[in-house]
Amino acid sequence: MTAHDTHHHPPGAHEGHGHDAGHGSLKDYVIGFVLAVVLTAIPFWLVMGHVLPTPQMTAVAVMGLAVIQVLVHMIYFLHMNSRSEGGWTLLALMFTLILVVITLSGSLWVMHNLNTHMMPLDAHDMKQMP
Amino acid sequence: MAAQSHAVTAADADRFHMTEEHHPENGTLLGFWIYLMSDCLIFAVLFACYAVLGRNYAAGPSGADLFDLPLVAVNTGLLLFSSITYGFAMLSAQAGRKQPTLIWLAITGLFGAGFLSLELYEFAHLIHEGAGPQRSAFLSSFFVLVGTHGLHVTFGILWLITLMVQVGQRGLDAPMLRRLMCLSMFWHFLDVVWIGVFSFVYLLGVL
Repeated sequence: MTAHDTHHHPPGAHEGHGHDAGHGSLKDYVIGFVLAVVLTAIPFWLVMGHVLPTPQMTAVAVMGLAVIQVLVHMIYFLHMNSRSEGGWTLLALMFTLILVVITLSGSLWVMHNLNTHMMPLDAHDMKQMP
Repeated sequence: MAAQSHAVTAADADRFHMTEEHHPENGTLLGFWIYLMSDCLIFAVLFACYAVLGRNYAAGPSGADLFDLPLVAVNTGLLLFSSITYGFAMLSAQAGRKQPTLIWLAITGLFGAGFLSLELYEFAHLIHEGAGPQRSAFLSSFFVLVGTHGLHVTFGILWLITLMVQVGQRGLDAPMLRRLMCLSMFWHFLDVVWIGVFSFVYLLGVL
């Protein structure tokens, strides 16, 4: 394993140091990896083993676990915290998440409305309408 | 007067030095992060597209008919392993060990290539079965979303090979560490996007 117990740095390797973004330890990576494996195995098990009684419950569980796993990746692999780059990475992330939520929920909402208000296809279908 | 201005500049210099100590970033990593966020928006739009069109089968096959979950599980595992091996490469690079860095980068590239070949196999299989992107809106949006992710992984592997050559030539100096850091963010970001793909597209698709 490449756990660096010796702390000799080559000259110049530390010049770009100081940004606290992205300097994880071996422990961070291993914890993140174990959590990610568990959080990946559970949703596959839920879906392939038909564990929960209804598909709706399974869907909610799978998406919930996905959100948790994204957070795990952000913290342990991408080393996000509120201090990196003076807080600007977190700010950019929050701005992006707001846009993503607007895009996803807006698309689904509008397209669902469009589907339910769709005109019948032709005159024959029109006659079948109540 | 002269002494006063001298005092002011000295104080300013002091304060400047202070802020320099707290924020010595050169902005590359923040800039790259903002690029990743814009990439995230691209994927959000493709996910929205799939969310809207994903059930329009046009009397064709559905996700439950097509998706091979064990294959997807293996693919997910490959990408996850490549994430932690890249982490090991970063740890070696930060410790200034060139040879382990190159070995871990190579292993990461192999996992990435394995992921890519399984995905290409899956695509070829789907198209062979007549479930190509032109079959239905569901399949169009599926191929665009998963294909865009695969294209990102492809370019990530090319980038990885480039950096391996550069590390071999120049060693692990400060610019190389910065470049490795950028690819690290890119690579982990792709893994994050894949969480969305396997949960939302594959697992919910077979329900």
